[in-house]
Amino acid sequence: MKSKRPAIPYLGWMLVFTIVPLLMVVYFAFTDDRGRFSLEPFKNASVYSEVFLYSLGIALISTVICLVLAYPLAYSISRCSERSQSMIIMFLMVPMWMNFLLRIYAWVLILQNYGPLDMILNLFGIDVTLIGNSGAVIVGMVYEFLPFMILPLHAVMSKIDPSLIEAAQDLGCSGFYVFTKVIFPLSVPGIISGVTMVFVPTASTFLVAQYLGGTQFMIGDVIERVFQSDHNTGSAIAVVLMIVILGFLVFMNRFGDKEAVNG
Amino acid sequence: MKKLSSKIYFIIIMAFLYLPIIYLIAYSFNDGKTSVWKGFTLKWYTALFNDAQIMNSLYNTLIIAVLASVIATVLGTAAAIGIYNFKGGVRSAIQNVSNIPIINPEIVTGVSLMLLFTFAGVMMGFEMGFWTVLLAHIGFCTPYVILNVTPRIRQMDPALYEAALDLGCSPAQAFFKVVLHELMPGIFSGFLISFTYSLDDFVITYFTRGSRFQTLPVQIYTMTHQRINPKANALSALLFIVIIGILIISNFASRRKSKEAAR
Repeated sequence: MKSKRPAIPYLGWMLVFTIVPLLMVVYFAFTDDRGRFSLEPFKNASVYSEVFLYSLGIALISTVICLVLAYPLAYSISRCSERSQSMIIMFLMVPMWMNFLLRIYAWVLILQNYGPLDMILNLFGIDVTLIGNSGAVIVGMVYEFLPFMILPLHAVMSKIDPSLIEAAQDLGCSGFYVFTKVIFPLSVPGIISGVTMVFVPTASTFLVAQYLGGTQFMIGDVIERVFQSDHNTGSAIAVVLMIVILGFLVFMNRFGDKEAVNG
Repeated sequence: MKKLSSKIYFIIIMAFLYLPIIYLIAYSFNDGKTSVWKGFTLKWYTALFNDAQIMNSLYNTLIIAVLASVIATVLGTAAAIGIYNFKGGVRSAIQNVSNIPIINPEIVTGVSLMLLFTFAGVMMGFEMGFWTVLLAHIGFCTPYVILNVTPRIRQMDPALYEAALDLGCSPAQAFFKVVLHELMPGIFSGFLISFTYSLDDFVITYFTRGSRFQTLPVQIYTMTHQRINPKANALSALLFIVIIGILIISNFASRRKSKEAAR
């Protein structure tokens, strides 16, 4: 039990299947098609900087919507009896287990022209195209990742000791102050992990935009497309994406540590 | 959930999560390809079961999921024990590298493995297919096993192992009868997570499958990409029934367990 040896196979595994592949991505990002050092891939990748910003924007909006929708729900779930809590959590997880492409496909059917939502809106004389725009992509993302926001929020909120809330009320706090001084500060770790769990996959996902967004692709779609013909440029975009995501994670971690110190 | 407003809000969110899936399932019975209802039919289900390609990809998915999760569980459990015996900085460095597949955007993991397998394939003369998908799945499953087993190792009393040795167990017996028994809940949840992630993975499989090997998620992609295919609706209905079935069984099992524990 004191031996390090059982880890050896996995250490070898990580070297071959985690470290080497990532080094290959970095290698391709800094070479041209003849294998010489070059910054050309990054220059080529800069064509997609708008798509990049668009993806981050979509991810940001989707994350904020998820947070706003999930926060009150997670709180009211956390005030239920323990038994109904686990029941509700189970029901929240069922849609998550459905294959993600089928869930996006469901929204294609709902939002398509002459689809159910389009027909209903037509009855009221509203004639809009529901699919093939950023709004549809955001709806898809929120649908896809909302449970990832609810679950960590609920996990943290269900651990808030109700006597803390009662104490604040006894000491004369109004509902508003109970929220800003007790509930909210204690829920920050849940917000941080929820935001991370929604933002990272939304920013980097591919196919959601291809299914719902019409011609406006996101960065994941671009990586897939570019990789089909040009490994160097594709790798450069992947490197930039990795750095942005890593920076975001470091930022969220710092933020969490600071909150922990202040709290 | 005492207040009426929070009840209503809860119902709205649940409707948002479930209505698309219900719509998807309802239209698997529609005798037509558009969103106009043309009468009840089961023909899409017949078509689904008679589609050899879909049945074959279902078979592939199950084989990959079983093999990947079993291998990842063994590899990950051994690794967790070994890693635990490293000290301070080295240990956290290993853990950080191990978490890369979890933190990194899936698409980056996917393309990096594609680069590795393409390169290795050219060197050693193989094409991507069953084996590369299996390796990739083991790669992203193992970190989850480690994450689930490590806390169990930390909680375990090291004296248990020594006591078993003192009582005449060989190290192997002590490991299999005492240590493994103590770690079992972590090992089991790691296995379950690996199994479900492997079943559902699209992105990494997509990049490592080569040109012929199909799993169910890839098949779903081919079925639904830029087209409407009622067979996908029928498939959704079946998957949904399976998910609900598993949930009911596991819920029933855990209820019985807690009842037994209460006795």
